[in-house]
Amino acid sequence: MKARASASSGRKEKPMASPAKRVKGTDETWNLRLYIAGQTPKSITAFANLKKICAENLAGKYKIEVVDLLENPQLAKGDQILAIPTLVRKLPPPVRKIIGDLSNTVRVLVGLDLRPES
Amino acid sequence: MAKGNGKFSQASLPKTPTGIPGLDEITGGGLPQGRPTLICGSAGCGKTLLAMHFLVQGVLQYHEPGVFMTFEENAEELKKNFASLGFDLNGLSARKKVLLDHVFIERSEIEETGEYDLEGLFIRLGHAIDSIGAKRVVLDTIEALFSGLSSTSILRAELRRLFRWLKGKGVTAIVTGERGEGTLTRHGLEEYVADCVILLDHRVAEQISTRRLRIVKYRGTSHGTNEYPFLIDEKGVSVLPITSLRLDHSVSSERISSGISRLDAMLGGKGCYRGSSILISGTAGTGKTSLGATFAQAACRRGERCLYFAFEESRNQIIRNMRSIGLNLGPWVKKGLLHFHSVRPTTFGLEMHLALIHKEVESFKPQVVIFDPITNLLSISAENEIRSLLTRVIDYLKMKQITTLFTSLTTAAAAGLEQTNIGISSLMDTWLFLRDVEDNGERNRGLYVLKSRGMAHSNQIREFVITGKGIQLTDVYLQPGALLMGTARLQKEAQEKAAARLRREEINRRERELKLKSKTLEGQIAALQIELEAQKAEERKFQEQERQFQEMNARERMNLARMRGPV
Repeated sequence: MKARASASSGRKEKPMASPAKRVKGTDETWNLRLYIAGQTPKSITAFANLKKICAENLAGKYKIEVVDLLENPQLAKGDQILAIPTLVRKLPPPVRKIIGDLSNTVRVLVGLDLRPES
Repeated sequence: MAKGNGKFSQASLPKTPTGIPGLDEITGGGLPQGRPTLICGSAGCGKTLLAMHFLVQGVLQYHEPGVFMTFEENAEELKKNFASLGFDLNGLSARKKVLLDHVFIERSEIEETGEYDLEGLFIRLGHAIDSIGAKRVVLDTIEALFSGLSSTSILRAELRRLFRWLKGKGVTAIVTGERGEGTLTRHGLEEYVADCVILLDHRVAEQISTRRLRIVKYRGTSHGTNEYPFLIDEKGVSVLPITSLRLDHSVSSERISSGISRLDAMLGGKGCYRGSSILISGTAGTGKTSLGATFAQAACRRGERCLYFAFEESRNQIIRNMRSIGLNLGPWVKKGLLHFHSVRPTTFGLEMHLALIHKEVESFKPQVVIFDPITNLLSISAENEIRSLLTRVIDYLKMKQITTLFTSLTTAAAAGLEQTNIGISSLMDTWLFLRDVEDNGERNRGLYVLKSRGMAHSNQIREFVITGKGIQLTDVYLQPGALLMGTARLQKEAQEKAAARLRREEINRRERELKLKSKTLEGQIAALQIELEAQKAEERKFQEQERQFQEMNARERMNLARMRGPV
């Protein structure tokens, strides 16, 4: 995992109904930022989980930026980061935060507002 | 505090002075250096303020930059709030002496999805500390995290780690915590911050609030264990460790005048000792305030500064009223020698009064302080509390060699027993008692010295007369079984005058008589003298004749013998 990796993996198929419905506007890109502090097991798990979820739900419409606070501690302030790892949905607005290693996929989807709570 | 102020062995534990007046004294030098201290208390008790004061004083007095991490108010709010206390947070932030960091968690926009830790907070705090080289850190109040994050087990573990980490960083930290039910803090922070715990309390008794501070624990050092009142005012926090004062103040043998020469005469001829405490007690309307004002004026005339605490009347009212007895206090106020501090006792609690007295004395630096009257404080507190307040006030003022004058209102019933309501007489060095003497259809005032330590004082009752030219003391007339005062005294004086005049006339008459007599005698003596002279002249004449006769005889005899010729 690179420090500021921008991973846009493209799999443009999967015209599945439910996630696509949530993504309004076809050309809208999801801008996600994952805050970590060094390559801890939790961070690695979180990144892996994130990639998987994005690939499954936001194929081709997302950008992941990984911020390592050990290298850029000043960035913690801007997004009010306390917990590590924290995933911040910068775009589309509003900003949403998801903390933890993203192992609970349902909660991640709820957190990202990708799937209505049910 | 059991053993002295600030005389703790320095070897025990390195301490970081807070710069908060009084707090360093009761902690024996400050907070534990390089360790976190927990300040807990209920809402509105001054935790944030105390913490900020610590940080700002750290910069101003000890050149130690500080980080203030706030979990409640944002930086702008803090700056505004503290600007009113004279803390220039904008300036300090600009100079990179203070760093305000607002940590904000909104639970509704956070989703927890598995394992996490608070490394982000650590990094953030670490970065803040490193960026300005902070030595002091405030976390206010970190318990807000508990409402922002749901996993308390993670939080607890992380907080434990945080405090260890702070120690590792070597910063002196203040962590604030809201008081919980039956526990010091709602989430048991005291379990983690074990070195020093300070509890703030804001109590309301009889509608009057008092703030108190207590050091619950302080590892590795002795500390004051009492509850100390503290004060929040326009200059921040100040703690009043006055109970720690000792009875070893130096004393002066200088005497100062009370402003009434007769009274000075009663007090060993020279007045009271400088730095002594004087109590004037008496029933209503006996002239206590007038006596106090005279005392104040005397101090101002000597060029001393006098602080007048009026618990009953406003400054202007006192000045106006005193003008009627020929005391013009206005000019002294203008000159800055006399300062009135008028406040209703019920305005705030006793401790606040004490704090105010302290502050006023510290800022005005008087040589004479007058409290008029102390009994009014009774309306807000129990007697024993007032006694302890006065003990502290007196000890404090004596330490500063300030002469103190208290007036005390006694009830008519107690007047006869020479009791003060507050039972403070033992604290007083000089006790003047004013009493009404009701007799002969009028009320008069009598003054006497009940006690005066360290000087020979008069045991006489003097009449205390308030005239248009100030206070005068006059002798009273004693008749069998009664004192004569007022008109009775005047009457007596008139009687005595008349008697004196009669006596004088009598004496004159006798003198004339005697003179006449002696003149007669002198005349007689002169006549006798003349007679004597005449007699003496006669005698001399007779003796002369006798001598001539003898001479003639002798001559005759010789002639006769010569004629007879030799035998």
